[in-house]
Amino acid sequence: MSTQLEPSPSPAADETTEMTYREAVNAALADEMAADERVYLLGEDVANDGGVFKTNHGLPERFPGRVKNTPICENTFIGLAIGMSITGLRPVVEIMFSDFLPTAGDAIIEELPKFRFMTGGQCALPVTIRSMGGATGRFGTQHSATGESWFIAFPGLLVASAGTPAGAYSVLRAAIQHPDPVLFFEHKGLYGRKGIVTRGDRAVAEIGKGAVVREGADVTIVATLLMADRATKAAELLAGEGIEAEVIDPRWLRPFDLDLVRASVARTGRLVVAEEQVHAGGWGATLVSRLAQEGVAYASPPRVVGLADDLLIPYSPPLEDAIVPDAETIAAAVRAVA
Amino acid sequence: MTSDVPERIEWYRRMLEIRLFEEKVQELFMEGLIQGTTHLCQGQEAVAVGAISALRDDDYLTITYRGHGHALMRGVSMEACFAELMGRTTGCCKGVGGSMHFTDVQRGLLGAFAIVGAGLPVALGAAYSAKLQGLDRVALTFFGDGATNIGTFHEALNLASVWDVGVVFIVENNLYGEYTPLRDTTPIDDLAERSKAYAMPGVVVDGQDVDAVHAAVAAAVARGRAGEGPSLLEMKTYRYRGHSRTDPAKYRPEGELARWQERDPILLLGGKLAAEGVLSEADQAAAREEIRQLVDETADTAKQAPFPTIEEIRSYVYSA
Repeated sequence: MSTQLEPSPSPAADETTEMTYREAVNAALADEMAADERVYLLGEDVANDGGVFKTNHGLPERFPGRVKNTPICENTFIGLAIGMSITGLRPVVEIMFSDFLPTAGDAIIEELPKFRFMTGGQCALPVTIRSMGGATGRFGTQHSATGESWFIAFPGLLVASAGTPAGAYSVLRAAIQHPDPVLFFEHKGLYGRKGIVTRGDRAVAEIGKGAVVREGADVTIVATLLMADRATKAAELLAGEGIEAEVIDPRWLRPFDLDLVRASVARTGRLVVAEEQVHAGGWGATLVSRLAQEGVAYASPPRVVGLADDLLIPYSPPLEDAIVPDAETIAAAVRAVA
Repeated sequence: MTSDVPERIEWYRRMLEIRLFEEKVQELFMEGLIQGTTHLCQGQEAVAVGAISALRDDDYLTITYRGHGHALMRGVSMEACFAELMGRTTGCCKGVGGSMHFTDVQRGLLGAFAIVGAGLPVALGAAYSAKLQGLDRVALTFFGDGATNIGTFHEALNLASVWDVGVVFIVENNLYGEYTPLRDTTPIDDLAERSKAYAMPGVVVDGQDVDAVHAAVAAAVARGRAGEGPSLLEMKTYRYRGHSRTDPAKYRPEGELARWQERDPILLLGGKLAAEGVLSEADQAAAREEIRQLVDETADTAKQAPFPTIEEIRSYVYSA
């Protein structure tokens, strides 16, 4: 939390460097704000000392008047962003904890995805919601949800996430550039995680395309956010045991890159899903269902690793650690199908 | 503020148009050409007409499911309105939206919302957007008395005031939130009082008197345009029909409707214009007949249009 970023200059050309997930988010915001003066960043404390997770350092200084603190009223400031988007701006709204998303349920579920449709396609709504979620921070039961699957059931709304610094940069930039609303999930347990990031216009992600984080021929692991990071660690453990796992970060939960997963499973014949949420109503269950309906054949039945279906996330540190799947839990699921 | 005579004669005609449009909607509903539900605004015409006539073409507004009159007043064609109600491709929302979503982004009509309170933040965002872009546009947002008890009312007034955004919040207090009398849900009679908590002017306006509505809104619009911030205007008005299609409005005390009809907005302005010698009762009767014919013919034209196809509406979900 002490990371101090300098006001982030955008590179003249593509540039590949190591940076943290936090720095990647910052770079994506800086590059989009530099490229398009219609982009504004709004939310609670976004302009104060880099924001609560320090992703916004340097932005208020570099883009005066374009990083705006709001009162605590998520439903209204997302509605406000809708009004801004219809009238020529491209707001990016920050939700401090994904657990606060439901307070904006009307704006996110009823207005944002439906407005264009029910007005007969009169306009686009280029709104990006950045939601910061996830467990392992000892934030307790109401500040730890990823929320990643809460909003995948709404045509009209794109849902994305990032499990790596490269994904954070590329997907967030794509989300901001996209003319339709995108709900983008970040994981607060990853902000300090380092990775190789290509920065520049050519690194902007393609909508609906997942990323292969690690290649492998034996088992396909599909994982998002912190689980993508832990799945990669699991794959490293497994490599020592002679199991080569392919790790896919789907990046987009709507639209979902079924082609990428299907092709991988066609090679490996084995699937493990790792997600930091309960099974019911999750993207993992949807993925398994879609593949099953297509008649995808497995060498061994697929497994979904996630949070317990009948427990909530506790504060108590050892218990939180026990509940959120770690690399070993994911590795065990892989061994079971391998 | 006094408005000129031709403008007030136009308001008279626009109120009549809205009244006769809504009556035609009831008729078309009985014929099965309009289905689902409708929320009609007979009795409240002076609010839409007096308020929207105070706007410039490049200003913004948001309305609600009780928004047929506002859309007509903003210049959405009567044919597009009828066609929308009948679910046809020529409707203002291509037949997808129906009664509750009359929207015309090109005309600054940025949505009719079927969720109570949802339009206030959108209007706020539009006006804030104008401010950020250095434009002196304002936004009106219309909502009912029931909306003053939902969070977005308080959140939007608060934010508009903190940021000095040029939004004019217009509550159409027709005394009932759906089927429930105001005082059963709300501890005050004058909703304009709620402006005090958000440090903005709050004005109670006779919502049956189009001259009074226009004057109050014009003043609030001027304030917003000058960068002096938002206002809350409470229009005291009354809906002649129930909340929606299925509501016979039996909860209203005997004689209440008749008392309000004595102060019918069309009668009130008509009386003034006749007394001023600018629009005689005969002229008014002729106008009514002329508009009734126009309404009938337009409804007939609208129903000739086709329904949209699934292929057409698919393209309305995403723009890319």
